Amino acid sequence: MLKKYESILIPLMAVLSGLLLGAVVMLVFGYDPIWGYEELFYTAFGSVKNIGEIFRAVAPLVFTALGFAVASRAGFFNVGLSGQALVGWVFAGWFALANPDMPRPILILGTVIVAMLAGGIAGAIPGFLRAFLGTSEVIVTIMMNYILLYFSNHIIRDVFADELMKNTDSSINVSANASYQTEWLRALTDNSRMNIGIFFALIAVFVIWFLFAKTTLGFEIRAAGLNPTAADYAGMSTKRTIVLSMVISGALAGLGGAVQGLGTFQNVYIQSSNLDIGFNGMSVALLASNSPLGIPFAAFLFGALQVGSSGMVRAQIPPELVNVVTASIIFFIGVKYIFEQLLKSKRFAKGGK
Amino acid sequence: MSLNLLALLISQMLIYSAPLIFTSLGGVFSERAGIVNVGLEGTMVIGAFAGVVFNIEFAEQLGKMTPLVAVLVGGLVGILFQLIHATATVIFRADHVVSGTVLNLLAPAFSVFLVKVIYGKGQTDSIRQSFGKFSFPGLSKIPVIGDLFFKNTSLMGYVAIATAFVAWFVLYKTRFGLRLRSVGEHPQAADTLGINVYKMRFAGVMIAGFLGGIGGAVSAQSVNINFSATTIVGSGFIALAAVIFGKWNPLGAMLASLFFGLSQSLAVIGSQLPGLQNVPAVYLQMAPYLITVIALAAFFGKAVAPKADGVNYIKTK
Repeated sequence: MLKKYESILIPLMAVLSGLLLGAVVMLVFGYDPIWGYEELFYTAFGSVKNIGEIFRAVAPLVFTALGFAVASRAGFFNVGLSGQALVGWVFAGWFALANPDMPRPILILGTVIVAMLAGGIAGAIPGFLRAFLGTSEVIVTIMMNYILLYFSNHIIRDVFADELMKNTDSSINVSANASYQTEWLRALTDNSRMNIGIFFALIAVFVIWFLFAKTTLGFEIRAAGLNPTAADYAGMSTKRTIVLSMVISGALAGLGGAVQGLGTFQNVYIQSSNLDIGFNGMSVALLASNSPLGIPFAAFLFGALQVGSSGMVRAQIPPELVNVVTASIIFFIGVKYIFEQLLKSKRFAKGGK
Repeated sequence: MSLNLLALLISQMLIYSAPLIFTSLGGVFSERAGIVNVGLEGTMVIGAFAGVVFNIEFAEQLGKMTPLVAVLVGGLVGILFQLIHATATVIFRADHVVSGTVLNLLAPAFSVFLVKVIYGKGQTDSIRQSFGKFSFPGLSKIPVIGDLFFKNTSLMGYVAIATAFVAWFVLYKTRFGLRLRSVGEHPQAADTLGINVYKMRFAGVMIAGFLGGIGGAVSAQSVNINFSATTIVGSGFIALAAVIFGKWNPLGAMLASLFFGLSQSLAVIGSQLPGLQNVPAVYLQMAPYLITVIALAAFFGKAVAPKADGVNYIKTK
């Protein structure tokens, strides 16, 4: 009975514990937690513009989270989402900058394909190394994040044509034809940066759900993740499955990067550290326990917290506190053993009566 | 290449290597005890934060001793921070990579939050007492060798190298080291022999916290001179790479760190060196990461990590 609800109860308990821990931190440092959360909530949902901004923030997170989930189902810990997203952003941006006058539908489709290709290739490398050489994917993807970070910065700084650059560190904005922002969404949400990325994200959620629920490949990915030896014995090629799942994972992250780049920022620029959508997407997927249908909800929570965080300043609270809250939510997801024990003891108590 | 330039290169290498050596030694202890430690980066961040804040607050009372004491403070705060990781993985059976990632997410958020609470702005002022140049009395008088290695050089670099030898001795020549390694290889067997697996694993992670915190504090007080969100960017991951590149051996990790430190310092001063002027900095920046991937793929595969590294031990009742 209780088991059925565990998949929802545990994330809820983790979120509540995370918020509670945030409140304790606020109390300890002499802030008013109720005021703080009030301002956070009010900023996130108080205006049409900010609600649009939440959806703007949600879209790339859904992509990176789906990417993490696909790899995770295949038993592959993809910590390299940041790097894969970044190359998706840079190459999609490059394509858009180089072809500013293409008709809009073709240009948008082109950026999507380029982003997925770039991310997919970046994902394939650790997938290939793990499948054929047994190299730990956690280490390779972490290292790849930095390789791709410096590689992307090098491309922007030294390879981009001079007329594409606004200054040494950032490119000019992409043309209106390539931008993911649209007039009607801007009009609808009081000039927020909400863009068609959110619709792409919802399509991706459906596709990935379909992949796992209804297709052979989805079944093979799950089999390879649960028990690679058994999958091999049943005649599936786990090597092929691992590489393929990493290509899909990287492609999703790459598209997430393009949505962030062409939707939110409209240009390409030098990054000083890894993209935050990478690790935040990983957090979202962990919160949603890698369920494609749960990911949009978890991403919405993260998006709302991010957009609302600027409001905490009004309660004199540094907005970094929100990142402490999200990190602790993931901590509580990590130690879900505590909650499982709690729920179990309750179940036994009920059974005893 | 002139002697001066070579001396500069060596001292720069030591400055950049010292934090990596300390942190990677911490990583060796943690992973040898069977706890994968992706959270080294976060530990360095928190150590750097603690070190810088302590340095700013106590520079007047402690004077020249400040950076050294601040390094110890960074180490202690690192222990507290890694206790989160130890508790989550050893007691509550969390996935090691998830828990380590939590540390990496938590450290910059919490430390910048605290900087804003204490100083009301996003970064600290510059510290007044930093690790300056150090000349070994006596040794620096030796012709050529003294100029190259012992004059105007990094004291912490030498301390770090010495620590690596101590770590090697502890790990391979003491009872504690043998026990620590045994819980990372085969916790069941160790448990049967009466070794407290949980206690040993806690010890490994706490040593990682101490050394990682020291690494962060050394880095902040010799390279960055203040603390902000961008003080430690990626050094912890390079240290993690050094652990693997050094085959989970303290001396190997130390040599790998020296090598990575050299490539980091080349990225900074490469433009002054003949022959390197035309090499784009990007290759030197990428080098540590690229070399690690290639080395892992080409030479080791999965064979050399401690057997039970990353595997939670659940004691049967």
